[in-house]
Amino acid sequence: MDHDDSGAFQGPLDGNSAAGLLQEVFVFEATSAILTCAGCGAAGPIGATRLYGGAMGAVLRCAHCDTALLRVTRTEIGIWLDMQGARSLLMRDAPAA
Amino acid sequence: MQDSPISRGFRGRRPPARNDRVPPGQHLTEDFPVLSAGPTPAAKLGSWSFALQDGGSLLAKWSWQEFEALPQTEVTVDIHCVTTWSKLDTHWRGVTIDTLFEAAGLDEPPEAFAMIHCDGGYTTNVPVEDLIDGKAMIATHYEGKPLAPEHGGPARLLVPHLYFWKSAKWARRLRFLEADEPGFWESLGYHIYGDPWREQRYAGD
Ligand SMILES: [Zn+2]
Repeated sequence: MDHDDSGAFQGPLDGNSAAGLLQEVFVFEATSAILTCAGCGAAGPIGATRLYGGAMGAVLRCAHCDTALLRVTRTEIGIWLDMQGARSLLMRDAPAA
Repeated sequence: MQDSPISRGFRGRRPPARNDRVPPGQHLTEDFPVLSAGPTPAAKLGSWSFALQDGGSLLAKWSWQEFEALPQTEVTVDIHCVTTWSKLDTHWRGVTIDTLFEAAGLDEPPEAFAMIHCDGGYTTNVPVEDLIDGKAMIATHYEGKPLAPEHGGPARLLVPHLYFWKSAKWARRLRFLEADEPGFWESLGYHIYGDPWREQRYAGD
């Protein structure tokens, strides 16, 4: 993965180089984005997961197997996100008019 | 079934006045709010066990019946949730971690840190020195009754001098660690230690 088509080594870029892409990734209507569970493979909109965690944070669990798909907390220094339980997150394009 | 001796108290002084008992940023509640990071597991005492583990090796394991036959301790303690409620004079009964270590034949803890593992995958890390010398127990009874499932029954860790997320519900296993590791909330912005008197709510506090 550190090789281009020519096979030559390409060092990693600074993470800031992904800013444009990341901004696209994380500006979306989250509840309709499709999460695929790393535990059981089920896919569904974030809005259909089960929410736990109360005032400590959001723990969104798979409705089929209870895997913690996505965990978010808000602390003094910022927002923390963990997605270890999600295999992927799909943000569908709006259907063409 | 209660034929084992019951002793009283976590050791240590009780602060004298009410004001001295409410840590900074906390308010008192009479309720017992429920905060869960996952669904309440169905309590199946027949298949329940509690284990002590050092790395990958099993040091000791008790069935429910064996656990209930261990010497029991009753305590009255104040609890402090990081979501800012505190509750005074809560009564618990269970088996102190000292008793567990003794029953397991441990002269002294093999490592300085521990991770508590729970049904449903919840974890929390606590230094071993915060679990011993009468500071913590695996609690099975609350206010004279078997601990309700939504409050962590059949058994939860009770380590009342730290924020209450450390008092892990549905505890099943204590695993010794050579080095401290963050648990479920500690890995997502909450404080690695969680002392309410120093208001250690979040990483960096
Ligand atoms: Zn699943």
